[in-house]
Amino acid sequence: MKHLRAWILLFAGAWPLAAQERPYFVTYSHEMEEPGNLEIEMFNAAGTPKGANSFLGSTLELGYGVKTWWTSEFYLDGQSTANDSTIFTGFRWENRFRPLMGEHWINPVLYVEFENTAADKALREVVGHDGNADFADPNAVAREEHEREMELKLILGSNFRGFNLSENIIAEKNLANEPWEFGYSWAVSRPLKLAASAHKCAFCAERFQAGVEMYGGLGDRYSFGLNQTSHYFGPTLNWSAPGGTTFSFSPQFGLNDYSIPRLYRFAVSYEIEQFFARLRGER
Amino acid sequence: MTRVLWWVYSSAALFGILSLLAFATADGAWLARVPANDHQKTNPYQGQAEAISAGRNIFVEHCAHCHGENAEGTKKRPPLRSSRVQQEASMGDLHWLLYNGNMKKGMPSWAKLPDPQLWQLVTYLKSLQQ
Repeated sequence: MKHLRAWILLFAGAWPLAAQERPYFVTYSHEMEEPGNLEIEMFNAAGTPKGANSFLGSTLELGYGVKTWWTSEFYLDGQSTANDSTIFTGFRWENRFRPLMGEHWINPVLYVEFENTAADKALREVVGHDGNADFADPNAVAREEHEREMELKLILGSNFRGFNLSENIIAEKNLANEPWEFGYSWAVSRPLKLAASAHKCAFCAERFQAGVEMYGGLGDRYSFGLNQTSHYFGPTLNWSAPGGTTFSFSPQFGLNDYSIPRLYRFAVSYEIEQFFARLRGER
Repeated sequence: MTRVLWWVYSSAALFGILSLLAFATADGAWLARVPANDHQKTNPYQGQAEAISAGRNIFVEHCAHCHGENAEGTKKRPPLRSSRVQQEASMGDLHWLLYNGNMKKGMPSWAKLPDPQLWQLVTYLKSLQQ
């Protein structure tokens, strides 16, 4: 009975929740999930590649703060393509480790991910020679090629006068004996107001964060550089609602002919504080 | 054999010393790590009623789930009405702790909050002693 009550309370959202998300879709900041908290997030990317059908790629993320310096996240990916089909495309499991305790001018975080996907269109990162042409195959063809990949990232983040600047350097290896592929992303954001309001409010300026984000591929081990790589840039905005839900949106623009011309990204995240303690009825 | 015993006793002694050090540096040890400049920092919102109110909102949103609704502490997290927080620590010390966290002890860094919000939070915490 106690467990039943805990589950009902859990999904009825009966607790005050907190979220202070950065409005980034590809770039990771150095900020970790708070220990014990579970974040549930739905990422979406919609686009119309040149000469191909429009798509909506989605990712359901479950992120858990294991320690102050260790965050573990599990993703389920899927996509829907116009005039084609809607399919489950695979899963990812990532872990982020913060080696330095305390806050510094530049804060490094090490990221390790394993993914098993096929026909993925969530565009959670762009590496190697990823580009518009990858979206041309019908789902029935694309899902035949399974990508079992190991991805490493060096995440660098800084906070200065309310601004957050984050840079990611990405190296990805398809375990089917393919070369290492590389990519990058960076983003900067700032709350619209730095001080908090004395009264509780839903649409105070400090609940909004705005910024810009850019990312792209850097070729692979044999052809490192910008040749035949895609790049995206766009403004990004989020709003943290009082209940702990954060809504994010970003229109992003392909910067060359190799890129998808436009992407529309939106995300909703929800954070449950002290998840397991609540399940045990300790809160 | 003598050499093995020497290693066993040395390891045990080293373990003991490290354990004592760990015990000695627990809880309030973060206070000793605060640099002098940070210790002396002044709070731009000190004593302001609006800052206390804003700080209370921030506390409820980000801190209460660990430290209790009224900072009384919980089973695993310390109270913030203690003499360490209210008397021993300066406002600058608390700001330093919020900014850097005490990660090995489970306290995350709150550098993701803008500096004015950290000071508002400190203002609220210090108001609890009154």
